[in-house]
Amino acid sequence: MRVRRRQPGDANPASDPRTDAARPESSGASAARTGLVARLERTRQAVTAPFGRMRAGRIDETTFDELEETLVLADVGLKSTARILDALRDKVRAGTVDAPGALAVALRTEIAAGFAGEDRALRLVEEPPSVWLFVGVNGAGKTTSIGKLAAQQVAQGRRVVVAAGDTFRAAAGDQLAGWAARCGATLVRGADGADPSSVIFDAIEHAVARHCDLVLADSAGRLHTKTNLMDELRKVKRVADRPPGRVSEVLLVIDATTGQNGLVQAREFTRAVGVTGIVLTKLDGTAKGGIVLAIREELGLPIKLVGIGEGADDLVTFDPDEFATALAGA
Amino acid sequence: MFETLTGRFDEIFTRLRGRGRLSEADLARALREIRIALLEGDVNLDVTRELVEKIRSRAADAELDKSLTPAQQVIKIVNEELTATLGGEQLRISYASKPPTVVLLAGLQGSGKTSAAAKLARWFLGQGRHPLLVAADLQRPAAVEQLRILGREVGAAVFSAPTDPVDVARRGVAEAIRVGRDVVIIDTAGRVSIDAALMDEVAAVAQAASPRYTFLVLDAMTGQDAVATAVAFHHALVLDGVILTKLDGDARGGAALSVAKVVGRPIAFVSTGERPDDFETFRPDRMAGRILGMGDVLSLIERAEHAYDEDVAGRAAARMRSGRFTLEDFYDQLQQMKRLGPLSSLVGMLPGLPKEMRDAPVDDSNVTQIEAVIRSMTPAERDDPAIINGSRRTRIAAGSGTTPAEVNDLLNRFKEMQKLMRSSGMMAHPRPGGRRDKRKGGRVTPARSR
Repeated sequence: MRVRRRQPGDANPASDPRTDAARPESSGASAARTGLVARLERTRQAVTAPFGRMRAGRIDETTFDELEETLVLADVGLKSTARILDALRDKVRAGTVDAPGALAVALRTEIAAGFAGEDRALRLVEEPPSVWLFVGVNGAGKTTSIGKLAAQQVAQGRRVVVAAGDTFRAAAGDQLAGWAARCGATLVRGADGADPSSVIFDAIEHAVARHCDLVLADSAGRLHTKTNLMDELRKVKRVADRPPGRVSEVLLVIDATTGQNGLVQAREFTRAVGVTGIVLTKLDGTAKGGIVLAIREELGLPIKLVGIGEGADDLVTFDPDEFATALAGA
Repeated sequence: MFETLTGRFDEIFTRLRGRGRLSEADLARALREIRIALLEGDVNLDVTRELVEKIRSRAADAELDKSLTPAQQVIKIVNEELTATLGGEQLRISYASKPPTVVLLAGLQGSGKTSAAAKLARWFLGQGRHPLLVAADLQRPAAVEQLRILGREVGAAVFSAPTDPVDVARRGVAEAIRVGRDVVIIDTAGRVSIDAALMDEVAAVAQAASPRYTFLVLDAMTGQDAVATAVAFHHALVLDGVILTKLDGDARGGAALSVAKVVGRPIAFVSTGERPDDFETFRPDRMAGRILGMGDVLSLIERAEHAYDEDVAGRAAARMRSGRFTLEDFYDQLQQMKRLGPLSSLVGMLPGLPKEMRDAPVDDSNVTQIEAVIRSMTPAERDDPAIINGSRRTRIAAGSGTTPAEVNDLLNRFKEMQKLMRSSGMMAHPRPGGRRDKRKGGRVTPARSR
């Protein structure tokens, strides 16, 4: 049950649905991306671009103060902000950046560069079903993200099972049931308060019996400070990872409005269950989600998906350039 | 909760405490570090700036109070400014002369509105009121069902209708009047503040329901965006207060400071866990104390009214203030804490508890180990840990099933704690109040003999 990574020379995943890399965008991709640009544009306009305030033609420490402000306000955090500004200062000193306009571009480039070389593909195993486990704190958007992804994967021709692994939250199963019914995925759920591991196990068995490709496993939101709940999550992953199941993605869902605690969440969930990628949600609001820079720097976790609304199409692949543009506000 | 912000201040003030006089350079450095601590704690950038400036000008102007060291004065000023920023006063719920009293909850997706609605209902029930929950979130699949289930759990009826949020709100209030409920709590759909249509909708809901209280439900882990969100909702709805949720995490909670400052409304309630009764009114003076590492002696004692030995508490508090807090006292405190319930929520309340102890996952097994170490000491050793040399340490380790290094670790951390307590002695501790509730016998502590 090895996971086969995409090799150079593989067919372009966007055009060949039979390859390992599963693209989250359906045929509504271009519409979704236009929607993303429109939303980001709204956000961008709501932010006063620092470059507008700069004195024409001159880069000085005030410029850098304004940049610091932009980054801190975007939740980038002091440490990552300092690193970015130092890199920009080096460029100015070296003479490769000499005007505010060029500085704006350099900032975007520097931010986007932090995400270079990431493998953003969602991994499928050779022998299905693949299991993608969604984890995160309360309210991050796990269930909604699963709903959207299920719809997209079904639209791409995959047979999808959704496991209602949140057995704690009132009506969580009902919420997922709505999504599953609308897109034609199968829902497997247990009784309220049932052991989440057994629900997910049942879902995997069902997927095997029905030759399904993919199990999307929901889990209850939990604060990483609760040791008993993190132990429960460890067990959930262990059980899901037992043959015939194979957890090829552990996706940590993080709300874009989260401040510095996002880094702690990423650290703790990675320690507990080995996160393979981030789903950054609610980026359609005013928050910039800058904390993912620190997460990337410290933990090397790729941002795989971005949530930009509540509709099935509002889940797209992370694009570093678009993200950097929205964040830098220029 | 505000633990790590508290931790940073600990570091700053431990360093400040040592000096006799506070130079301008010292003050500047302290202010720089306060700024960093606040920003790392997710306090909004502009709010941070204002706060630091206020502290600077007060510290610079302050007449040197002979009874306080300069460092203590800075601590006092920071404490006062934080308390003032957090809202200064408690919000007291008052009721409409003509019922029902309508409460509207609004906020971003995932902030915890539905849970807060149910907990609020339970709170009102505890106040002797009869709330009706109105499920006006028709956007999120199964949101109505979720509130129905929660309503059943806490014992409050739930009203909804498959029409639209404005209609549901209006009819919900009418229903409350019809069946004689004196409080209505309206849950609304989460929405991003930048969506003009949805902001108009929630304003329309407010228009239809005429709430006496409109609360923004805000996640304690929210970062810099808290201000933008709060301002937008305030603009659309005119907020009366904030309900801060998920405080049982380790997010620093700077958003609370920011929102209170920018919107000028108090934090009315805080949600501190996943159970229906994990819901309290917000006490800004206590929060500020926690941020400064001053702990929360009054909270600890009040909460333990039924389980806490008044005498032990009073003695401990007095000894803490006078700086004569010994390992014996610490042991007593641990025993008291054990009687109060799960440790983790109480650890933050111990005044002057060193950062390392606070951040460590203090659960019952840790306490057992600490207790074992203390029990293995002689009374003389507990009274004056300085006499503990290598061979004593080895003996204590053997007796408690730990290592000499672990014993050493505990002693160092305890010494830190003592230092912090001694220098915090000038803070106004509320008197250990509450009903006299003398416990009869059954003390677990080893007999004292000096």
